[in-house]
Amino acid sequence: MIDTTSLQRLQRVARPRTPSALSNALVFGWRAVLKFKHVPEQLFDLVMTPIMFTLLFTFVFGGALAGSPGEYLQFFLPGILVQTVVFNAVYSGMGLSTDLGKGLFDRFRSLPIWSLSPFAGLMVGDILRHLIAASIILAIGLILGYRPEAGILGVLAAFAMLIAIGFGMGWVFIVLGLLIRTPTTVMTLGFTFLFPLVFASNIMVDPGTMPDWLRAFVEVNPVSLMTTALRGLMGGGATLSQVVLAMIAPVALTAILAPTTLWLYLRR
Amino acid sequence: MNDTSPMGVPATGLAQPAISARGLVKTFGKLRAVDGIDLDVPRGMIFAILGPNGAGKTTLMRMLATLSRPDAGSATVMGHDLVQAPHEVRAAIAMTGQFASLDEDLTGRENLVLLARLWGFRGRAAKARADDLLAAFGLSEAATKQVRDYSGGMRRRLDIAASLIVTPGVLFLDEPTTGLDPNARKDVWGMIRGLAEAGVTILLTTQYLEEADQLAARIAVIDHGRKIAEGTSRELKAATGSGFLHVALADVARLDQAATILERRLEHPVQRSAEGAELSVLAGTAKAANEALADLVAAGIELSDFSMGQPSLEEVFFALTGQPSLGESRKDDTP
Repeated sequence: MIDTTSLQRLQRVARPRTPSALSNALVFGWRAVLKFKHVPEQLFDLVMTPIMFTLLFTFVFGGALAGSPGEYLQFFLPGILVQTVVFNAVYSGMGLSTDLGKGLFDRFRSLPIWSLSPFAGLMVGDILRHLIAASIILAIGLILGYRPEAGILGVLAAFAMLIAIGFGMGWVFIVLGLLIRTPTTVMTLGFTFLFPLVFASNIMVDPGTMPDWLRAFVEVNPVSLMTTALRGLMGGGATLSQVVLAMIAPVALTAILAPTTLWLYLRR
Repeated sequence: MNDTSPMGVPATGLAQPAISARGLVKTFGKLRAVDGIDLDVPRGMIFAILGPNGAGKTTLMRMLATLSRPDAGSATVMGHDLVQAPHEVRAAIAMTGQFASLDEDLTGRENLVLLARLWGFRGRAAKARADDLLAAFGLSEAATKQVRDYSGGMRRRLDIAASLIVTPGVLFLDEPTTGLDPNARKDVWGMIRGLAEAGVTILLTTQYLEEADQLAARIAVIDHGRKIAEGTSRELKAATGSGFLHVALADVARLDQAATILERRLEHPVQRSAEGAELSVLAGTAKAANEALADLVAAGIELSDFSMGQPSLEEVFFALTGQPSLGESRKDDTP
């Protein structure tokens, strides 16, 4: 099958001009796009849960919670977008853990490239995933009767914020992916940590009826802060302080966890 | 930093070895996985690191490929210091690990294009390089198949191809044929020889004596993180003694009896081949061997074959470590 002459004929090639860090990162982003092409099933995982949540909460609980399904959808849809993005971050952690287990990253680490570029590429993939999933959920919302009162600009601002939230949360799972060898453990741990944050928030219901101690938590829960800001952006009437409060967690996570990621990666 | 000369002729420092290591140490907790190893690998050579599982082969190679920092000692690879200039080392090497370092979801071609772009090839040049490599490694037909559908041999070929995007100064191959069937193994051997003829320095680890014997110009034998011997295959064999008597019995049931007779006459430990019916023992002189054979015949033990010759590398390893076989694993090699 292999003859040595074909190898000798193989042209000896010298290294071309060193590519920039940005170029390295974009190549890894291209890898993420190829993954969508070859494993389109992953989108199914990403959107099925939020679609089911939207339908279930709107039609089963909506009337009881907000008077009518239509009114509830108006309240719930921005929240389910936050939930979708937050949960999606778990999958990128799983993907990273799988890659690390297979030795693929050993190859990347032995290349003369910008050390963080594989992670930048993961982030590009994540952002694409967030955008695709959020668009599908929004489209279903629109079909069911959701109306973003702030119009197109409001929706664009909301999507920009979703990307920022996904970017910040992404680091949590990249760090977990680096620390934990088994992808399923990453998933279990991720959801254990995220469920209380997502459910003890103002995504599904107004915290007004909750006991004081729980309400105190819900009001400072970063997920609630994000949801409040997103509702404001899509429904109109967002204040600067709402947006700033929502961005505290993503900015802090990036500031702390990006250097942690680099340290963990180089130490391995 | 880049070596642009034709294959086989390093641009600078012909006399400078490809790898030069002094006192490399790597510890994991209490385990000294690599315990003070010196290594000199001249340019253009196939050099084998031979040892059982858990001897420290992979750890040593990972350090030399900048994947793991040494706890003590120093090394240069293609003239660049491992710790001071890891980026320059990476630009001069390529490594194919024990586990396929490929993206299973992508096609073979996409894997190579991805790496070519990371090395700095743009657009069409990246695709052209990927296609050249696929052709040279007999993978053109499988180019657009996802790697998850590749056989073990195809994966290994693609993995090695992925290390040749830019012709490396040193190619590290960690157990290149582990888990391959005999045909695929011969294929990989041919590939390694071809690369060496084209001037690439190759450092490979193996636990197969035959592999080291077949491929490598020099062999370092390591055990428990230490280098216990180094030389050409011939030197290692000569150091063990040349007068080995090998006998094969017609009746396997009498193996124990035959071993006792040989041991008594020749006063050296008798080794058994893994497959059974063969014994080998250091005889010293032809006369002593003759007498030992006469003893066997006198005891009524029928021989199907016998020969005098050099010891096998397996026997060399036994003589160096006191361990019966390389095949028995002690501990997983990966940290």
